[in-house]
Amino acid sequence: MPPTSTTTPPRADVAPAPAAAAPRPRGRRTWFPYLILIPALLLELLIHIVPMVTGFWMSFVELTKFFIRRWTDAPFAGLENYRIAVDVSTPVGQGLLTSFLVTVAFTLLVVSLSWAIGMAAAVALQRTFRGRAVFRTLFLVPYALPMYAAVITWNFMLQRDTGAVNHVLVDQLGILDEAPFWLIGDNAFVSVVVVAIWRMWPFAFLMFMAGLQSIPGELYEASALDGASPWQQWRRITLPQLNAVNSTMLLVMFLWVFNDFNTPYVLFGTAQPAAGDLISFHIYNASFLTWDFGTGSAMSVLLLLFLLAVSLGYLHLTQRKAKRDA
Amino acid sequence: MRETTGEKIFRVVVLSVLSVFVLVPLYVMATTALKPLGDVQSSFSWIPSRVTLAPFVQMWETVPLARYFLNSLIVTCAATLFSVLVAILAAYAVSRWRFRGRGPFMTTVLSTQMFPGVLFLLPLYLIFVNIDTTFGITLVGTRLGLIITYLTFSLPFSVWMLAGYFDGIPRELDDAGKVDGASNMGILLRIILPAARPGIVAVAIYAFMTAWGEVLFASVMTTEDSRTLAVGLRQYATQTNVYWNQILAASLVVSVPVVAGFLLLQKNFVAGLTAGAVK
Repeated sequence: MPPTSTTTPPRADVAPAPAAAAPRPRGRRTWFPYLILIPALLLELLIHIVPMVTGFWMSFVELTKFFIRRWTDAPFAGLENYRIAVDVSTPVGQGLLTSFLVTVAFTLLVVSLSWAIGMAAAVALQRTFRGRAVFRTLFLVPYALPMYAAVITWNFMLQRDTGAVNHVLVDQLGILDEAPFWLIGDNAFVSVVVVAIWRMWPFAFLMFMAGLQSIPGELYEASALDGASPWQQWRRITLPQLNAVNSTMLLVMFLWVFNDFNTPYVLFGTAQPAAGDLISFHIYNASFLTWDFGTGSAMSVLLLLFLLAVSLGYLHLTQRKAKRDA
Repeated sequence: MRETTGEKIFRVVVLSVLSVFVLVPLYVMATTALKPLGDVQSSFSWIPSRVTLAPFVQMWETVPLARYFLNSLIVTCAATLFSVLVAILAAYAVSRWRFRGRGPFMTTVLSTQMFPGVLFLLPLYLIFVNIDTTFGITLVGTRLGLIITYLTFSLPFSVWMLAGYFDGIPRELDDAGKVDGASNMGILLRIILPAARPGIVAVAIYAFMTAWGEVLFASVMTTEDSRTLAVGLRQYATQTNVYWNQILAASLVVSVPVVAGFLLLQKNFVAGLTAGAVK
C-alpha cells in the first residue's frame, strides 16, 4: 500500500497527538484513530463542509455577476435573497414553487414504483431455478450503466419523429393518431419519471436481494407447514425481515431522487420544460442563466432545510416504530 | 417447499415484463450504433436496413472522444484508488476505536450524502479559484480538481460500508496479531484487509461508478482539455447534424468497461452490501 501521506497535506503533524499517550496503542486514549482519520477529515472539510458554510454565507449576500470576480466583497443583503426566492407573486418565486411541486410528485412516483418493482423482482428471484443468474445479471445492467449513456439512449427513444416510443405507439400499435412530443410540454414529466425509474429500481432490487439472503429458509418452511399462502409469507416474513434494509433504503432513495440533477439535465439539455423542471436542475439554471448566485444559494439552503426536516422526521418515526416493535 | 401455480405465474410475468423494460433501451443502443446515418434520421426501425461498423470509426473524429476517454479514465482511476485508501483508514478507526468525536464524525460524514450538489457546486468552484490564486495549485479545469472532488463523493458511503464490514471481522484476530507483536498498521494490512477483500472490492466498484458517471461538477469544473466523457458526449449533439448512430456507438463503448466490471464483480458487491450496509 502506498503511503497515505499522498493525500494528506503536510499538516499531518498537527494532529491531536499528545505525545504522552503514544506508547499505548489501542488503549482507551490513543492518537492513532485520529491520525488515520485525518485524510478523510481534510477532504470532507475541503469539499463538503467549507463549501457548504460558504454557500450558506452566499445566500445572505448580493452575489450577482458584478461581484463574481471579487466575490468576497459582495454586499450584505440580509434576507433579501430568501424573500425573492419565496415570493410567489414574482416569476422567480412562482418558478421555484412549481419546480418544488413537480419534484415532490416526481419523487413520490419514482421512489414508490422503484420500490415496488425492485421488491417484485427480488421476490421473483428468491427461489433458485435455472436461468436465475441471467435475470439477476440483466436487471443490474441499468444500475451499472453510466447514467449519461442510459439517459442519452432514452433521449433518442423519446424523439418525436425518429424515436422508438412513438414508432411503437403510433405506427405499430396505433394507440395514438398523431405522434406526441415527449421531451417538451407536459409529457416531459412522464418521460423523466420513466427514465428515472429505469435507472433507480435496480438499486432497490440489489438492496432487497442482499437483504433476502439473510432471511433463514426455515422461517418459510415452518410457515408453509402452517398453511400460509405466498402472499401471507411475504406479508408476515419477508417484509418484516427486510425492515432494516427498507428503512435505510427508502431514505437514501428519497434523497437521491429529490436531488436528481443528472436525469433532467441529460434528458432535456438546456431547454427545460416546466413539467420536467426538477428542483436541482431549476436552481442550477436559476444560478447560471442569470448569474445571480445569491438567490441560487438561498434556494439551495431552503432545499437543504426541507430535506433535513424530512430526514429527521423520518428517522424519528422509524426509530419510534423500531422501539415499539422491539 | 413446492412452488404454487400463483407463484409461478407471478414469477413469469414479473420477469418477462421487467426483461423487456430493461432490454429495449439496451437493444436500441446496440442496434442504432450499427445503423447507417440515413436510418437514424428517418422513422425508427427495429432492424437496421444495413449493418455497418462505420459509426464506431467515425465517432473518434466527430469529437475528440479519445481525449475524453483518457481524461475519464485518469480521473476515475485516481479518484477510486485514493477514495478506497482514505475510506479504509477512516473505517479502521471507526470500527476499532471508541474515540471521542466518533459519533459526530459518522453523523457529519453521512449527512454530507444528502447535500444537494448545487448547494456546494458554486462555493467549491470559488474556493478552488481562491486556492489557485493563493497557493498556485490549479484545481479549476484540471483533472486534479475533479479527482479530489470525486473521491469525496464516494467517501461517506465507503466509510460507512467498510466500517460495517470491519465490524464483522472478529477482534480475536486483532488480538492474536497483537500478541505476535504487530503494530496497528500491521494488523490492518495483514489481518483486516485480507479478510475484508469483498467489501473493499465493493467499495471500489461504487467509487468507480460514481466518478465515471458524474455530470454536474464535470459540466462546470472542466475545460476542453480536461473534459470527461460525461460532458464530452454532449458535443455530438451540438454539431449541425445529430449523429445519433455515433452518439449511441460512443455510449456503448464507454459503458462496456463499467458494466462488464460491475457484472463480473457483482457477487462481491452484494456480499459487501450484505455485510456492511444491510444490518
